[in-house]
Amino acid sequence: MPRFKLRFWFCLVLLLTWPDSVAFAAELASIQDTYMSLPSYDTFIRVFLLKDYNTRVVMFGTMALGLAAGVTGTMMLLRKRALMGDALSHATLPGIGLAFIFMIQFGGTGKYLPGLLLGAGLSGAIGLACIMTIRRWTRLKEDAALGIVLSVFFGLGIAILGIIQKMQTGHASGLQSFIYGKTAAMLASDAQMIALVAIITVVICGLLFKELKLLCFDQLYARSQGWPILRLDAIIMALVIVVTVIGLQAVGLILMIALLVIPPAAARFWTDGLFPMTLIAAGIGAASGFTGAALSALLPRLPAGAIIVVVASVIFALSLFFGTARGIVHRLIDHMLLSRKIAQQNLLRALYERSEKTGLQPQLGISTTSSTTSTSFKRLLATRSWSPQHLRRIIRRAVNKQLVRPNRHHYYSLTGRGLANARRVVRNHRLWELYLIHHADIAPSHVDRGADELEHIIGPSMVDELLGLLAIKHPELAMPPSPHATTRAGKPHTPPGISKHT
Amino acid sequence: MNYDTSSTTRTSVPPDIAASTQRRVRVATGEEHPATSPLSVHDMTVAYHRKPVLWDVDFDAPAGSLIGMIGPNGAGKSTLLKAALDLMPKASGRVMIFGKPYRQQRHLVGYVPQRESVDWDFPVNALDVVCMGLYRQIGWCRLVSRRHKQRAMQALEQVGMADFAKRQISQLSGGQQQRVFLARALVQDAVLYLMDEPFAGVDASTEQAIVNILQTLRTAGKTTLVVHHDLHTVREYFDYVILLNMRIVAHGPTDEVFTPDNLRKTYGGHLTLLDQAAQAIAQQGET
Repeated sequence: MPRFKLRFWFCLVLLLTWPDSVAFAAELASIQDTYMSLPSYDTFIRVFLLKDYNTRVVMFGTMALGLAAGVTGTMMLLRKRALMGDALSHATLPGIGLAFIFMIQFGGTGKYLPGLLLGAGLSGAIGLACIMTIRRWTRLKEDAALGIVLSVFFGLGIAILGIIQKMQTGHASGLQSFIYGKTAAMLASDAQMIALVAIITVVICGLLFKELKLLCFDQLYARSQGWPILRLDAIIMALVIVVTVIGLQAVGLILMIALLVIPPAAARFWTDGLFPMTLIAAGIGAASGFTGAALSALLPRLPAGAIIVVVASVIFALSLFFGTARGIVHRLIDHMLLSRKIAQQNLLRALYERSEKTGLQPQLGISTTSSTTSTSFKRLLATRSWSPQHLRRIIRRAVNKQLVRPNRHHYYSLTGRGLANARRVVRNHRLWELYLIHHADIAPSHVDRGADELEHIIGPSMVDELLGLLAIKHPELAMPPSPHATTRAGKPHTPPGISKHT
Repeated sequence: MNYDTSSTTRTSVPPDIAASTQRRVRVATGEEHPATSPLSVHDMTVAYHRKPVLWDVDFDAPAGSLIGMIGPNGAGKSTLLKAALDLMPKASGRVMIFGKPYRQQRHLVGYVPQRESVDWDFPVNALDVVCMGLYRQIGWCRLVSRRHKQRAMQALEQVGMADFAKRQISQLSGGQQQRVFLARALVQDAVLYLMDEPFAGVDASTEQAIVNILQTLRTAGKTTLVVHHDLHTVREYFDYVILLNMRIVAHGPTDEVFTPDNLRKTYGGHLTLLDQAAQAIAQQGET
């Protein structure tokens, strides 16, 4: 077992060297960072209780950013514009570079943040216009347009940054942080601006909630009703640009799309309504921003944007598995319960039909001590394609529920409750078979399988409908005979009172 | 060189020839569109890119009738509805709703798009979708009130879907989804309904429910134009028929128009002369 041994040694070494490596990392951190310290318990508490002014500002800013991105992203995702958001954020880079050059030329430092963001916004808008133009006036499809704009603008941006670095005015290193994001540089005024944008975003989405919902769901109908589709679309895309631009500093333009897409995608696993989805997306965005900024304060050598996105994707993974609306676990449990129910009903039906065949007509009498035939395990196994273990499990569950009683060694019969259940199951099955034979013109030899699949899921309203169709007057008394039992080869037996054409 | 201004702006042909052609060509004056007709389409031509898909479509829908529009795939049935609703640009021609352009008459028209045109995974429930039919009445930035929701519920009851109001739309069957779409149009309380293939891919009970609603609408004096594809049920369902294959082959009361001869003209011979002409125009434009 070499692999196991290897793992063991690896763990041991890791365990022994852990304090050293932590201390080493702490040393590095304390050398390079002036105001942040290693993640001790105290620091942890200080960060998460917002005792540090700088951390407080950064966490507040990223939280507001996550909230705005969650709300805007919901609309963008449902409008199926996620990739357009990505292209837009990449298209902001040349704007940042050009704004820097422009401000240098006019005697500024070039690092004036609102000026840079204005450039980014304009450049993003131009990128959007390019996408629209390509799509409208050429026969290229949307994905081609997005690919072209994304790569061309990003390449242009990188080239401009290269030119800036060659310029003698220097100090362009800060511009690189727009690509990957650097939250630590966030000032109180920046955080306030982000908060303001977040408020504006929420207000606009709130006011136009109904209109945006209609646009995202059914564009054609919205247009037929005279809603200004272009303007509503422009509002969504303008919000995306604005949120992207304010997020450049914190998350960076490459990862900004993650903050727009992941929260709403994760929220979708928890709800089937648009309003709750928007709220949950906003919550997930804010939580990722908050936690991500806190973690990056604790682990100062990691880029904050990446950590925020990692936190968001962890939340996404959790939602994917445990989401209450369409999470995987939820679906698996549903599926398991249904297959258990079907297996149990099949067992009851097998027991019932066995006792029918042996001539002992099962009666639902006062005595709950059974009147059904005792059937052997072997015979039950032969009725269906069960494996022995599976059948044993099914029987054990049915016995626990007091539907089936074990008699002698490996012989089973129905209890009173089991018999009542079995009658209902068998009746549904037979009704369905009759319906298929008489109304859907399916050969009797084929109906069993069709009926098998459906008998477990038909509800009481459908049973009533079937009874009505088959003109059976007293559902409690009627147990239609099996179409297989009466005639093997010939015409199916038609119970009295069933007309072929209703 | 004192040309008539109207002719010089249009063409460069000498005035005498222009005048002579004008005498022969019927000019759209609007007079042949009676204000009583719920939907009158006049000389409408529609093209995708450069290829025409509808040629000179011209008809007046009789008020209070249940109209079936029939034609093979690609005949332009959906396109006709979309062009009438200003959802597609028209190359020429015009459409009047009770004598006025659609822009002014939106509140009178209920549109039921094809079921496949939307993503049914969208996070809304059936009641939400029906409420969308009232958004125009509710107006910008206002919330959907309880009164509006009640009206939407009534529309759902009308199509037999009241029990599914809170169901997320992806959990509905195809027929149920179609009924929700129908309810969204019904809640508008329109006078003219345009339905794009409401019978496509629905179960028998939904088909019956839709037919009942169509008949109720006719009884209430409303006009309904239905794009239909099942030739067997045409006589049973509709009292007026439009046979369409890129142009109108025939239109009129079902008894008169729905004849084998007309059907052959509509469906037979796929590569008609018109189709070839359209192809030629498209190629000419590209070179």
